[in-house]
Amino acid sequence: MGKHIKILEFALSSLWRRKYKNLGIIMVFTLIVMTLSSILLLTYSFKREAFAILKGAPELIIQKIRAGRHDFIPLSYTKKIREVPGVGKVIPRLWGYYYDISTGGNYTVLGTFRGIKNSINVLKGKFIRHGESGVCVIGKGISQARFAEIGDRIPIKGADGKFHSFRIKGIFGADSNIITNDLIIINPEDFKSLFGIENNIFTDIVVQVYNPSEINNVAARIKALFPDTRPITKKEILRTYDTLFDWRSGLVLTMFAGALLAFVILAWDKATAMNAEEKKEIGILKAIGWETSDIMELKFWEGFVISSLSFLTGLIGGYIHIFFFGASIFSPALKGWSVIYPDFHLMPYINPYQIAVLLFLTVIPYMAATIVPSWKASITDPDVIMRG
Amino acid sequence: MKYKVFIGFVLLETLVVISLFMHSMVSLRNSMPEIKKKKDIVNELMLTDLSIWTEARYTRNPSQADWFAPFQDYPSSIEHFPAGSIIAPGNIRGPAKSGSDRSTTNLHKEE
Repeated sequence: MGKHIKILEFALSSLWRRKYKNLGIIMVFTLIVMTLSSILLLTYSFKREAFAILKGAPELIIQKIRAGRHDFIPLSYTKKIREVPGVGKVIPRLWGYYYDISTGGNYTVLGTFRGIKNSINVLKGKFIRHGESGVCVIGKGISQARFAEIGDRIPIKGADGKFHSFRIKGIFGADSNIITNDLIIINPEDFKSLFGIENNIFTDIVVQVYNPSEINNVAARIKALFPDTRPITKKEILRTYDTLFDWRSGLVLTMFAGALLAFVILAWDKATAMNAEEKKEIGILKAIGWETSDIMELKFWEGFVISSLSFLTGLIGGYIHIFFFGASIFSPALKGWSVIYPDFHLMPYINPYQIAVLLFLTVIPYMAATIVPSWKASITDPDVIMRG
Repeated sequence: MKYKVFIGFVLLETLVVISLFMHSMVSLRNSMPEIKKKKDIVNELMLTDLSIWTEARYTRNPSQADWFAPFQDYPSSIEHFPAGSIIAPGNIRGPAKSGSDRSTTNLHKEE
């Protein structure tokens, strides 16, 4: 044990002699681990949170497709869909988008009076009641973009070219920003008059299926019944989000790949092209009686010190960046051109498997790149090494 | 004596990492009612997507978007919006027993 401690002490002294070079490597290595761990933590948390929340999404949605585009669906479709065995409730939905020229933001307008059962901690104010016209419930993002509070009016330009004014009855709390931030909920009748939609057509249809294992069969039957429809199952919605946040693709990772490659070249260059001084040091150590195994251990400790410090600091930095500072470094890239962007707080989901992969992808290659050339130098005759 | 400083520093950092894991577990446990609340809103308002990228229809509601929306075609397809560069193409086509379906099932198990 004493011998190992002494070799570690020697390794630390050796690293300290070239402190500026080694501190530089630790800084770059830490930044690489921090960026990579930030991407992994962010995408995994997004994915898990989306999955947990969207489990409440409708089991089956039926869209009408015309000329390859999503089209409004007639109410008559619901009658036939209701007759399909295994189908429960069939509820037509009304929703669409509104581009607000004053803020430059896109809003999602929902026409429904289906309230929220437990709205106490969700909503400031009240939800719209059945038959109540000229009122709306909005998301926090719209409230902030329009500087609007409960009781204020929001004018929306309708399909007839006139402004339809809606009194704000409730505002969703910041807790639900990730799902309600850009929502404007109005009465279905108001929705139809705002967008000039006829009475018997809807955006799409939500179908309740009694037996979850029958969803695909019900979807296939509806598709056979109405070939111009596109059924979207909850499984497909979840699968979309599963692949959506896949960390393997994306701008951040592509940009980061260049930095990672630069570090690999730096580490490889540092490790393989041992300078004359380092080779001489190995030769002297061999000449004064160090075994090859001792030199290997020395180089192991050198690699371990740099990689362990960098890995741990980078991992801590990544966690703090994502879960305490809300991914502030990535936010311009994440936000894109969205004017209404939620200020949400991600749940700190950690995937130990990803952390283990990160460890093996960063620490092990660096240590291997440090040890292998030293082994080559240490098995050579000390006289040859010292003479260069 | 340098080794004492090094071992002390590594132990300290390891303790910080362990405490962050603990923070994660405690935060997740405490946030379960909040997650349930959001799930209930999604269920009662019959929502299908997260309100994150509002810049285009297919980034606001990726699960409801047309099959030929740019990022849903293939990874290197020409993309108009920055969000399309951040999020991967949606593999929503094909039968349910695809490769990505397996990972969805894994997430089910992790819940």
